[in-house]
Order: sequence, then structure tokens, then C-alpha cells
Amino acid sequence: MAYYEEDDLGRFAEVGKHRPDLFEKFMAWYQACQEDGALSRREKALIGLAVAHALQCPYCIDAFSQSCLEAGSNMEQMTEAIHVASALRGGASLVHGVQAHNSVNKVSM
Amino acid sequence: MIQKTLPVVREDSRARAPVSFDEKLAAHGLRLRAGRVETLQVNVGKLCNQACKHCHVDASPARTEIMTRETAEKVLDAVRRFRIPTLDITGGAPELNPSFRRLVAEARLAGAHVLVRHNLTVMFEPGQEDLPEFFRGHSVEVVSSLPYFLEQQTDAQRGRGVFEKSIEALRRLNAVGYGREGGALKLNLVYNPVGAFLPPAQAAIEQDFKRELAARYGVTFDSLYTITNMPIRRFLEYLRRSGNEERYMRKLVEAFNPSTVEGLMCRTLVSVDWTGKLFDCDFNQMLELGVADELPQTVSDFDPTLFEGRDVMTGAHCFGCTAGAGSSCGGAVAEK
Repeated sequence: MAYYEEDDLGRFAEVGKHRPDLFEKFMAWYQACQEDGALSRREKALIGLAVAHALQCPYCIDAFSQSCLEAGSNMEQMTEAIHVASALRGGASLVHGVQAHNSVNKVSM
Repeated sequence: MIQKTLPVVREDSRARAPVSFDEKLAAHGLRLRAGRVETLQVNVGKLCNQACKHCHVDASPARTEIMTRETAEKVLDAVRRFRIPTLDITGGAPELNPSFRRLVAEARLAGAHVLVRHNLTVMFEPGQEDLPEFFRGHSVEVVSSLPYFLEQQTDAQRGRGVFEKSIEALRRLNAVGYGREGGALKLNLVYNPVGAFLPPAQAAIEQDFKRELAARYGVTFDSLYTITNMPIRRFLEYLRRSGNEERYMRKLVEAFNPSTVEGLMCRTLVSVDWTGKLFDCDFNQMLELGVADELPQTVSDFDPTLFEGRDVMTGAHCFGCTAGAGSSCGGAVAEK
């Protein structure tokens, strides 16, 4: 069995097979989140792309790369969004260095 | 049921969709019937100074198919006789047809609104330098492709150096009064996706184009039309080469929007090819999918009253015009 087949994204609805009510609620929420609101559809697609990279979800990266293009974004904008996500991932690790300092300080003279 | 003698076209020249377009229409209780003919869209030939990667016409500098003066006169006869409201001239680069200027001038004299699908760069070809003044002199509406406001995307689709020339051409059109806010000389741009994806919402990307073109290059225009890439000829070849045909066609079918059908261009337009043959649209023309057999087949026999209420000939490519906000020669046709 292969993981992450490209066609599997199109089979997402199969996840609703055993509890369609829950899946329908998820889909309604998911779709409502992408609509134009206080943030534009394009801004939301860029957030989605950034989060997809932070989660390293290949389905989401594929879907939100397309969404960004179809919302009129270009690669420069998309790359900046990916850098924001990556910087936060890096920063989230690095800031824990303070914990290491605290731990070391506690047992040091 | 529409009876149509199938033209001799290789099966693999047609895109494949998971369902037929007519079945999709029927599932929504729809039928694609034309209204009154408002526009005669004339493709005066496949000769072009560019060879864009998405071109459904497969136009290029190497093409020799071009409308003769005799056929152009027949088009003008139809415009005069039936008082056709709009003559929409396309190609190729239509300006490269020797009858182009006569078509424009005579159609204007006949009282028609004339729209030219102008690729911008052709004005740098020999003998075409005065096109901005010619367009202004005949109050032509200019519709020009510019797939993005950045060089990389535009040149990727339309060829190296096209963006820079296009910006210079837009400046020249602006200089003679085209695309100025509130002005009578209309300069509209066309956005095509640079790849196998759907266009963004027209109003949103129009704002981006206006802001970026003004700030970066000092260029202004009236409206931006978003047009979906059609799975025909060169773009279909690209889809196949890149392994995107199935995914793109599925995307078009899944994005089918029944509210686009009423505003489709084929409902108010008849298309004429370089030989004078009639089609329901420029896309059907490139697929050699002629109008229904019982209708006049050439512009010599054209009568708009016979085309009103006709059943439009369809194929899998029609999903390109009904996806999302829809797509026509005038851009999106519905809310996304």
C-alpha cells in the first residue's frame, strides 16, 4: 500500500462513510472558512498554504497551492507565506532554548 | 435531438471529460439555445506575430490561413444588410490581414460597434506603428491579453520579451486616450491563467491589475476580463504533455456553474472562420464543429433571424466556459 497517492485527495469524502453527519458539519465549516469575509479569499488561501507547510501535509500543500493561484496570487507572494510558516516553525524550536537556559541555570552555581 | 454530421477531426484532438456537457446541462434542467445575434465574431486568420503556449487557435508566424478580401466583403455585406450591432475581429493577430483596416472602417460606417482582439506587440511590426491612432480614428474597442502584471508569468505564456513590448504598447494606447477613466476609448485587458488552473474572481484580480500596472508602469485600462484556458489545440497539447488533462477536465466539470449558461457568448454570437464558414463560437471553429446542419453554413447565406433560438453545438470543451464564474469573450459571466 502506497501512502499519499495524488488521487486520494479526490476521495476525501470517503472519510464520511461511517459518520456522514460529522463529515458534513466539517465540510460546511471548512468551506465557510474559505469565503470572502473580513479577510479576502486570497488572504485565506495564503494562510492555508502557510499552515499546510507548517503541518507538512502534502494534500493541503497541493490543494492550497492551487487555491492561491486561483485567487490570483503569484509565486513571490506564496513563497513569502511559506517563509512565514517556516520561520515560525524554526522560531518555535529556537525559543525553547530559553527553557534549556532555565533548566541549566536551575542546577548551576 | 440535434442532428449533426460529424466533421473529420481526429478523436484525440478533443478533450475528454468524465461526463458529457449536454448531460450536465440536462441534469440541471438546462438546454443551450441561442438568443438574438448581437455579435458577429470574425476570425480573419491564424497568422500571428506571437505563438502563445495556451493558444486555442494554434496561431503563429508560420500559419498561412488568412481571410481573403472577397470573404471579408461578404462579412461586410452581412454587417450592413442585417445591421449587426457588434463586429468582433479576432485571429491570429487580425491586424496582419490585409483586409483588416477596411473591415474596421466599413463596419464603423455601417454603424457597427467594432471590437478588435489586439495582442499589443503587433503594433511593433512593420507598417503597424500607427495602430493606436487608427483605433482611435475609428473608435475601436480594444481588447488585449495580458496574463499577469509581472514579466515572468506573461513571458512564460506569451514568449520572451512580450511583457516589455506589451507595456510599451499599453503606454502608446494610453497616450492617444485609450483606457483613461471615464473616457470613450475603451481598453480592456484579458487575464488567462498561466497554467492548468482556473482564473481568480474577476473583480479582485482587476483591482490588483489596476493598482500594480499604475504603480509599476504608469499604465491604465478600463476593465479586466478573466478567461478560462480552453482545452483545445495548443493548451490541450500542454495539458497532455504535462499529465494535467484528466485533473484539469475534472476541475472544470466539478466547477460547473449552471448560472453561467444564460450569459454564455454563444447565445448572442455567431463566429465566422477565415474561409467564411459559420460556427457557434471561436472554440467550436478550432474543433471544426460547425453549426447545426439545417442552418446556413457560410457567411454568404447568413441571416441572423435563422440563428435565433438555435441549439448550440457542444462538446467537453464547453465546460471551460461554465466553470466557476464562467468565461466568455467578455470575461466572467456570473458570480463565483
